[in-house]
Amino acid sequence: MLNLLSLYALPVLILVILTVGIIKKVPVYEEFTEGAKDGFKVSVNIIPYLVAIIVGISMFRASGAMDWIASVLAPLLHKFSVPVDSIPVMITRSLSGSATLGLFSEIAQKFGPDAYVTKLCAVIVGSSETTFYVLSVYFGSIGIKKFRYALIVGLLADFIGIVAAVLVCSKVFLPNIG
Amino acid sequence: MNYIFYFLIAFSIIFGIINGRTQEVVSAIMDGAELSVKIAISLIGIMAFWLGIMRIAEKSGLVQFIAKIIKPITKWLFNEIHEESPAIGNIALSFSANALGLTNAATPIGLRVMQELQEENDDKTTASNAMCMFLAMNTAGFQIIPATVIAVLVAVGSKNPTEIIMPAMIVTSIAFISAILLAKLFQYTWKDKGCKETAPETGKEADNA
Repeated sequence: MLNLLSLYALPVLILVILTVGIIKKVPVYEEFTEGAKDGFKVSVNIIPYLVAIIVGISMFRASGAMDWIASVLAPLLHKFSVPVDSIPVMITRSLSGSATLGLFSEIAQKFGPDAYVTKLCAVIVGSSETTFYVLSVYFGSIGIKKFRYALIVGLLADFIGIVAAVLVCSKVFLPNIG
Repeated sequence: MNYIFYFLIAFSIIFGIINGRTQEVVSAIMDGAELSVKIAISLIGIMAFWLGIMRIAEKSGLVQFIAKIIKPITKWLFNEIHEESPAIGNIALSFSANALGLTNAATPIGLRVMQELQEENDDKTTASNAMCMFLAMNTAGFQIIPATVIAVLVAVGSKNPTEIIMPAMIVTSIAFISAILLAKLFQYTWKDKGCKETAPETGKEADNA
């Protein structure tokens, strides 16, 4: 049922918008092309911001800093029955969407779909967005340089999300495994 | 943001040298730069498509209609923007696209919202409260169906991939509500370093650029 919803949502949305347009006598073709003109401008505008944030994060990942942070956090998180392998996913979550998905795929393949670590990571990945990417692209597209409290709020919410994921998953999934 | 950018790069270079991974760090610069442009270029088409569709939705009054329905909620969330602002309807659309996991539609719609919020922004280089609230809702990433995650679980042979939907929904709701409350809290407590003092500074930045 939910899968069907996500399959039909997009085409139905487009159909509704176009149909309402025709009924209201909007010149849909002219207006469409008029609006679409901005597509190139907006995409090109965000390149500098994308380069800054993606290069920075790629370098950070390549330096091996992630493994170091994971090894520091491991003993602490172990107390809350958080699997060590899920730590890189938690750290990367706010930084890079494609890297997180890559890490999650690796974990899913390595430990199988029924492992607790796989399920925990699935919930973490499935329940949040890439804060750094969203902020730099959205603010970058309109030339905002001072983010004020947006980054703090985004990161705090990510942190709360991870804590919630750990709590919910340990309640839902752990007893089944033993 | 300046400090974060500096920290990311300086820390990576120093750590790379200590770890003996300088080569990897250097090639990450190339790869990262290339990837950024690839992402931007691949966005052009879908961005143009959705900006076109969004314009039809605005011209037909559909966006304004949605804005009217959700007015009681948005009035509280975005108390600083104009009541008739087209941004409100688009915020609802962007939120729906996000919730349904339609990432390809959500980004162009979200960027359109930012443009509209920018029109009502007094200082064009500083984020307004409305923008911070909108992005707080966005980065919390409220999702009904985490489609990509389920796809990965199916790919590795999960018998019951949908069992993560319920926990993910609880977690995403908690994060989402926290994000909204935090943004509201910061809206009233955040201290800017005096708008008049920062104004010449931003001017300098623009000159340097």
